[in-house]
Amino acid sequence: MRASDLLHPRPEGLYCPPGDFFIDPVRPVNRALITHGHSDHARSGHRSVMATQQTLDIMGLRHGEGFAGTTQAAVLGETITLDGVTVSFHPAGHVLGSAQIKVAHQGTCIVASGDYKRQKDATCEPFEPLKCDVFITEATFGLPVFRHPPDTEEIARLLKSTEQFPERTHLVGAYALGKAQRVMRLLRDAGYEKPIYIHGALAKLSEYYQSQDIDLGTLEPATVESGAKRDFAGAIVVGPPSAFADRWARRFPDPMSCFASGWMRIRQRAKQGGVELPLIISDHSDWDELIATIKETGAEEIWVTHGREEALVRWCELEGIAAKPLHLVGYEDEGD
Amino acid sequence: MNRFAELLDRLVLTPSRNGKLTLLTDYFRGVEDPDRGLALAAITGDLSIAAVKPAMLRTLVVERMDPVLFGYSYDYVGDLAETVSLVWPQAPVDIANHEPTLAEVVAKLQAASRSDGPQVLARLLDSASTSARFAIIKLVTGGLRIGVSARLAKQALADFGKVDIAEIEELWHGLTPPYTALFAWLEGKAEKPRKTALALFRPVMLSNAVGDGDLEKLDPADYAAEWKWDGIRVQAVCEGGIRRLYSRTGDDVSGAFPDLAEAMDFSGALDGELLVGDPRQATGTFSDLQQRLNRKSVSPKIQQQYPAFMRCYDALQIGDEDVRGLPFRERRGRLEAFVRTLDPSRFDLSPLVEFTNWQALEELRRKPLHPVIEGVMLKRWDSPYVAGRPKGPWFKWKRDPHTVDAVLMYAQRGHGKRSSFYSDYTFGVWSGPEGSEELVPVGKAYFGFTDEELRQIDKYVRDNTIERFGPVRSVRADRRQGLVLEVAFEGLNRSTRHKSGVAMRFPRISRLRWDKPAAEADRIETLQALLDS
Repeated sequence: MRASDLLHPRPEGLYCPPGDFFIDPVRPVNRALITHGHSDHARSGHRSVMATQQTLDIMGLRHGEGFAGTTQAAVLGETITLDGVTVSFHPAGHVLGSAQIKVAHQGTCIVASGDYKRQKDATCEPFEPLKCDVFITEATFGLPVFRHPPDTEEIARLLKSTEQFPERTHLVGAYALGKAQRVMRLLRDAGYEKPIYIHGALAKLSEYYQSQDIDLGTLEPATVESGAKRDFAGAIVVGPPSAFADRWARRFPDPMSCFASGWMRIRQRAKQGGVELPLIISDHSDWDELIATIKETGAEEIWVTHGREEALVRWCELEGIAAKPLHLVGYEDEGD
Repeated sequence: MNRFAELLDRLVLTPSRNGKLTLLTDYFRGVEDPDRGLALAAITGDLSIAAVKPAMLRTLVVERMDPVLFGYSYDYVGDLAETVSLVWPQAPVDIANHEPTLAEVVAKLQAASRSDGPQVLARLLDSASTSARFAIIKLVTGGLRIGVSARLAKQALADFGKVDIAEIEELWHGLTPPYTALFAWLEGKAEKPRKTALALFRPVMLSNAVGDGDLEKLDPADYAAEWKWDGIRVQAVCEGGIRRLYSRTGDDVSGAFPDLAEAMDFSGALDGELLVGDPRQATGTFSDLQQRLNRKSVSPKIQQQYPAFMRCYDALQIGDEDVRGLPFRERRGRLEAFVRTLDPSRFDLSPLVEFTNWQALEELRRKPLHPVIEGVMLKRWDSPYVAGRPKGPWFKWKRDPHTVDAVLMYAQRGHGKRSSFYSDYTFGVWSGPEGSEELVPVGKAYFGFTDEELRQIDKYVRDNTIERFGPVRSVRADRRQGLVLEVAFEGLNRSTRHKSGVAMRFPRISRLRWDKPAAEADRIETLQALLDS
């Protein structure tokens, strides 16, 4: 069977005609298979949703129960047959619960990786390289300029800064699902034992991570209790980046704006955003990880989606690997 | 090298002066010789390394990677040095294991000849980490652009060694990288380095602004008055055949004013104001002076059109004699005699202004006789010349600032304490024919208001945003609605870089005119008239 008959883009998302399902559809559909819980991939309103239990739990937390008609939990590594198409979920190393989806039918095998990374991350299962005919890769950081340094170095810079500027509050901008919990876990692994203060938008998800045995230590709400204004000097506060431009940030003394994101590799991005301490921590693969993964899958053909497709397609051409951009619409980089 | 690279990365993103000082002093404390001294020299611009041209950098990188991929990368990043530092291929492990120190990098770059320079650079980039590569490229392409002046670096040295900055400035030009003796002294491990070099900078004496009620307590008879010239403060020092012209912060600016330096054929040290024109005929305006500022090279034509001269107002040294300890009255006498011996087309004397009481001086201050005068100076007749800004002996009494009513157009978020406030304001005045007026931006200001006013403007900005571009919001501003700001400023320059054709000097918000309709704000012609006067 031709690969493009097994999976191809439709306005709703990536569609599998023989199995009659979509992967990460951006509009409500009959049957959706979902790679991970970021809102551009995991939307509500589908009739049936198949995802890992953790992704289903996260969707429930974000959209409320009843986010889909029916749900079915996929166990990592187990195969399921949907109208004759074999489907299995495998860890993607992106955020808690994230999975690649392997679709096989009549001798053709495609892996839709969703978003993935290869750096070690204590808050989720590591990426599992899968042999396949076609590998669908993301390209969020698909340019040779993106090379993420080890996350431990970045956290060390944050901790050094809290010692250099003990009078200031370090406000760490990190997306609510995945990045925030990873940053907190990295702080704990670096030996930081003080309470970490969190913005309300992070509370439910962080609590969920803790319930999944991911130890984040003591988290306290970054709120000023009525009557007793807490002194946040020297504290680390984690919150969604958007909150720091907001009036919310005024409760902290002389805040130092930090942002944990792969985009922080580019100095001008940090400067434009008024970020004083950029932390290059990403839940997506950098350039080196992308090309190493492509080689590892042994795929004869690469389909490139959301991000900077042209550079990765160019690299594949130079390597003699067939590649094309998928032109899926509706995905933004919420996770970074 | 990594520590230096990290310092540069942090400095460029740290807006506050105190934050920069903390980063610098921590670096001086944590890094050993000679690396810290070389870093200091790189920051103050005293490190000489043969430059590598951007085109060569590009050649080196496309020898190592696909030009198309490099093109995509450069398009995205927009800065050549940064792109090259990021895409440079990872070196084989055996090379990458040794992270070079700043001293090693500098030594290799300084030893490189013109022909092997690019290859030396390439080998260094192979051995460095990503951010170290960026720092190395910045060193060889010249200009770190990290927002740290030589003055701020000296302040950090003073903080580090807990000494007065004047002591650093006084020594500075006798020292060379990597400043080992200086650091040893600042750490209390050695005596203060002795001044052995000739024609060193003498730390300058500064004045305080006249505050409310200050004058009532002073006797006019104790003070001399002079015009306050709106040029640039310079110190001309000639000693043992060495001639140097210094800025007020001790930077050597001789190179920018070769015509004036040429005429410095005396022995001594003079304090005064650098202006343009011919002192015997006419003094140029600040706009004229600007033709001589911030230039890499000064053409003969510009030198002829805008000749530099020095209007002298104090003597620090005459011949071999240090006269700083003498009272002003005596120094002034010595200065008058001394200036008479100098080239009259390049040096003249700042005249004293006669007055009998403060009232009379007030009249003169308000109506100065030349546009390049920005007020009067008061100097106590019996005061010695001392470094720094002592309260009492010298006062500046400026003429009142100009003001204009402008309309708020854009607001940008601030940093640190102000990071959640829209605190940097771009404002404009009306231009164009009646019926189709448009606002044209004339300046930007980020202070002059109280904390309460800041909160009010911030709210106004958030409630009246039309568009956002990153940290900037465009605010509704038309004939019917807009926030009028009274902006005070010290003067106007012609500018070809701004659409309005004018650039304000030292603009600040003096009042919020909530009461004033936007349509009644000033027109550009009001400012243009000021320019022509």
